[in-house]
Amino acid sequence: MLTIRFFARLREETGSAERAVELPREGLTVAQLRGWLRGQDARLAAALDDGRAVRTALNRRMCNGDATVQDGDEVAFFPPVTGG
Amino acid sequence: MPALISVLVQSAAFDPGAELNAFASGSAQAGAVAMFTGLVRDLNLGQQVQAMQLEHYPGMTEQALADIAAAAAARWSLIAARVIHRHGELLPGEPIVAVLCAAAHRGDAFAACECIMDRLKTEAPFWKREHTPAGARWVDARDSDERAARRWDAAAGQDDEHG
Repeated sequence: MLTIRFFARLREETGSAERAVELPREGLTVAQLRGWLRGQDARLAAALDDGRAVRTALNRRMCNGDATVQDGDEVAFFPPVTGG
Repeated sequence: MPALISVLVQSAAFDPGAELNAFASGSAQAGAVAMFTGLVRDLNLGQQVQAMQLEHYPGMTEQALADIAAAAAARWSLIAARVIHRHGELLPGEPIVAVLCAAAHRGDAFAACECIMDRLKTEAPFWKREHTPAGARWVDARDSDERAARRWDAAAGQDDEHG
């Protein structure tokens, strides 16, 4: 299983803070996972559209789309950060 | 001796003066302590801000701040570094973030403090939501913050070039 988490505007738009999904296939990258999630429902499709600035974290560290996802991982999607 | 790194992510308010005194008295070998304090602004993009809600990513936030502080501590030979960041509900004028750096001399303390703040703005997972008379809105990231953070990458390259 994968734990998928959404924060801030993406949490609101997708309608969920967290969801568990089966790893769609071995060797999947974060960018491919984002594409797979877009196919799951219309809200995810809109929130994770390629034209939008979406940042990602793999197991609570910032990552880019090339990072490979493994079973048990936590993958987070969120807007560019605005702390400080 | 490795620098003493501490990170606090909390919903409770903090007193910048008390934090500075505690930090300075705990950094006995330091000849310089630099502190940055960020406050919640009462005006943003022409609108009055009545309150702010700060969301974060528990577990990742603390690690990201510790990594940023540790990298700066190593680069500028800090004696100690401390980062305090609030989350939850904040009001205009309240301290939202503080970065404290202790070093032997002021140059290292100033530079490390600024670098930690710049990287925090683009790498620590916090998101601001402002409440204004026109309603609530998520604050958008600014390109200027991204540029500010990137200049430390460039500076790192120069350090390497000049030994």
